[in-house]
Amino acid sequence: MARVVVDPMTRLEGHLRIEVEVDNGVVKDAWATTTLFRGFEIFIKDRDPRDVWHIAQRICGVCPTSHGNCATQGLEESFGVTPPDNAVLVRNLMEAAQYLHSHVLWFYGLNAFDYVDVVNALSAKATTPALKAVKDRLQAFVDSGQLGFLANGYWGHPGMLLTPEQNLELSAHYLQALDIQAKAARALAVFGGKFPHHMSTPPGGVTVIPTLQDIVNYETIMKEVSDFVINVMVPDTLLAGAAYIDLTKIGAGVGNFFTWGVLEDVASCDPYKRALPRGAIFGGKLSVEKVSPADAMEFVKHSWYTPESGEGKNPGDVNATTEPEFTSFPEQVGPDDKYTWTKTTQIKNKQMEVGTLARMLVAYLSKAPGATKIVDNALAALGAAGKPEILISALGRLATKPLEASLIVQKMEADMAMLKDNIAAGKGEWFIPNDVPESGQGVGAWDAPRGSLAHYNHIEDGKISNYQATPASNWNFSARDDNGARGPCEEALVGTPVADPEKPLEILRVVHTFDP
Amino acid sequence: MHYNVSRRDFLKLCGGTAAMLGLSQAWIPQIARALEQAAKRPPVVWLSFQSCSGCFESFAKADYPDVATIVLDIISLNYQEVIMAGAGAQSEKNLADTVAAGGYITIVEGAIATGIPEAMMVGGKTSEEILGEVTANSAATIAVGTCATYGGVQAMNPNPTGAKGVGDVINTPVINIPGCPSNPDTMVSTITYYLLYKKVPKLDSKGRPKFAFSQKVHDNCQRRAHFDSGEYVEEFGSEEAAQNYCLYKMGCKGPETHSPCPLTLWNSKQNWCIGCGNGCIGCMEPDFWDEFAGFYDTLPDVPVPGFIGVKRSSDYIGSTLVTATMTGIGIHAIATAAKGRFKENDDISEGSDD
Repeated sequence: MARVVVDPMTRLEGHLRIEVEVDNGVVKDAWATTTLFRGFEIFIKDRDPRDVWHIAQRICGVCPTSHGNCATQGLEESFGVTPPDNAVLVRNLMEAAQYLHSHVLWFYGLNAFDYVDVVNALSAKATTPALKAVKDRLQAFVDSGQLGFLANGYWGHPGMLLTPEQNLELSAHYLQALDIQAKAARALAVFGGKFPHHMSTPPGGVTVIPTLQDIVNYETIMKEVSDFVINVMVPDTLLAGAAYIDLTKIGAGVGNFFTWGVLEDVASCDPYKRALPRGAIFGGKLSVEKVSPADAMEFVKHSWYTPESGEGKNPGDVNATTEPEFTSFPEQVGPDDKYTWTKTTQIKNKQMEVGTLARMLVAYLSKAPGATKIVDNALAALGAAGKPEILISALGRLATKPLEASLIVQKMEADMAMLKDNIAAGKGEWFIPNDVPESGQGVGAWDAPRGSLAHYNHIEDGKISNYQATPASNWNFSARDDNGARGPCEEALVGTPVADPEKPLEILRVVHTFDP
Repeated sequence: MHYNVSRRDFLKLCGGTAAMLGLSQAWIPQIARALEQAAKRPPVVWLSFQSCSGCFESFAKADYPDVATIVLDIISLNYQEVIMAGAGAQSEKNLADTVAAGGYITIVEGAIATGIPEAMMVGGKTSEEILGEVTANSAATIAVGTCATYGGVQAMNPNPTGAKGVGDVINTPVINIPGCPSNPDTMVSTITYYLLYKKVPKLDSKGRPKFAFSQKVHDNCQRRAHFDSGEYVEEFGSEEAAQNYCLYKMGCKGPETHSPCPLTLWNSKQNWCIGCGNGCIGCMEPDFWDEFAGFYDTLPDVPVPGFIGVKRSSDYIGSTLVTATMTGIGIHAIATAAKGRFKENDDISEGSDD
């Protein structure tokens, strides 16, 4: 038995430490530690409620749009205001751009170096002038002797399975993706002013009143992004999926999934009719149950918070709290230690996985428009037609990202068509004037690209009296519960083979599938 | 040249930097030569502490040059947690090797947790320990974003973790590039300035490069003419909003915010905050989260038109505001008139450490 620590876990948003116990080349146990605490719940208290959606975006600079939309929805409930259809559409379009930005950035920028051997690509035969240019550029970079951000990568690791030609092609797509992610952010800025941290969605609607030029700009930029998703990212996933098909055998995790749903259905505003609908799956069963933000429960036995910050309270409880109480940082995590800044967040006393896999399983099983065809086609391409259960694995998390991205392209196009129809029909309502109430409460429950997030607010005397947030990391990087059951990422790591504990590439792979 | 970009692209990059630095086109060959003559790509260490990673996200949206060109052809980004291939022992070796070799630029994103040091740990060390070790041997230190410069979002009252900006923790000079997030053009131009002149640009009293932060949003705002004409948005979604009228009454903090935003804009110059119809929240000023709280409340103490000879009377602004601002008006109006719209142009080629 040997403990292996990866600290920092890189290529993610935030700060993460992973500790695993390896026996005979296989992970037997795992602990996930988030090593950052900032205290949003504390400093949002007593604020002007109108400012909160700006503050809340700073929870995550990779998915600020989702946090902003989620916060605003919760505030709209407490303010008693419903945004007009056009505002919902514009918010959807911004959210869609952020999803494509995030998925492209994750798949290539954060995840690809676990599978693509950039150094090996230099021995490829470049079959086109474009590939030759990329190869020459990489060769010059390596020949400079300064490997920079590529230094000490896992090049030549026995777990790298792509051919030199495949490595070169995916390296070329990595560089292309750096451009595409910036373009998706640019499209978001058409309606949001800037990204990260957009500016146009206060409670009541949107501040932006799109011009024809805005719409053309968004469509033109997103056309290029969508083409990349469909013509490059989806095929790359199938290529990598075929080469790394053994990833279906590891990383299953806790088998419980849920999503609050994302991308509003404008006609109904029913969370079960969102493009990625709300729902929960328990025990790996292929059936979907309803789920409510009131079902969430928080525990802190293994987290650095006061006992009152847990006790199974729902974050919407008026007495819910998040007060830090650091004890010690264990050299090696023991069974009763506190070891992380993440609370244990559960539904029905179950550890719950969130994110793209959860959303796509719920969408597929709920027969959401478009989802059936996209998933069935991918399963067939992976040689697993009619076997969606293989998606409950590390490969499933990897493969569902581009599938979700292509589903979102469809939703984005439909929303844009509706927006244009509305404008053509003279529907010019963008914002409903509203006031901060003396008292009120509300909850926004929405999904960021990396998973479900809910923002619970209470207002007294016109100020925030309590604000609690459960971002995606609270679920996927949940600590052990009071009975010792591991969090989703911890559980997914168990059973992972590790060829070389000095270079634990396989651990990076499993952790990265959670898009942390 | 060892740069693996075409000569034309390279000059384009230098042209963008020249514009940001306020240099004429005649400077472009000199910038190009200074960058080309470097024996090797200058090593850069990017530390992330209490942050949302949004400043690196913003950096990755740079366009002239784009982020691939920056990390492959211009600098050697030896440590950056969001994109570097290695993790754990592998990434920490990169950091240790770079620090031992010296001669690198340190870029810091995120605040330093000084009250609860364990609220920000990497590799078993606190943010203060890492910052001290890395900056001790650094050629220059650049703090990017409002968290690294002044503490940022987590330093809001009551600042539960004791978050501080880099300059409040270390004793060596720090270049501050605030913003939430920091603007990629300003980050890239500041790095280029340092590579070009091998010294820190002239800084203002808050540690910000004067070439970027000497003017206020209000000075260069696209909607300034509407302010001067007394044409204001008073409700989002209104006809006035559709006409892109001034957002001053909607709480815009542009009159009090030093920033090049109206010139740099965001995301490949696609748009900016005021362009999407919301006022500036002042994210480039220290402590803006507390100082400007009430983002939708109208700023007091702004010199209002009517007193400087424009067409609408001050009555248009509303009597409450006029009462609140009367005391400030005289001084501001005189000061504005004396200086004109643009402040004196610093001779940035003579950059100093003041």
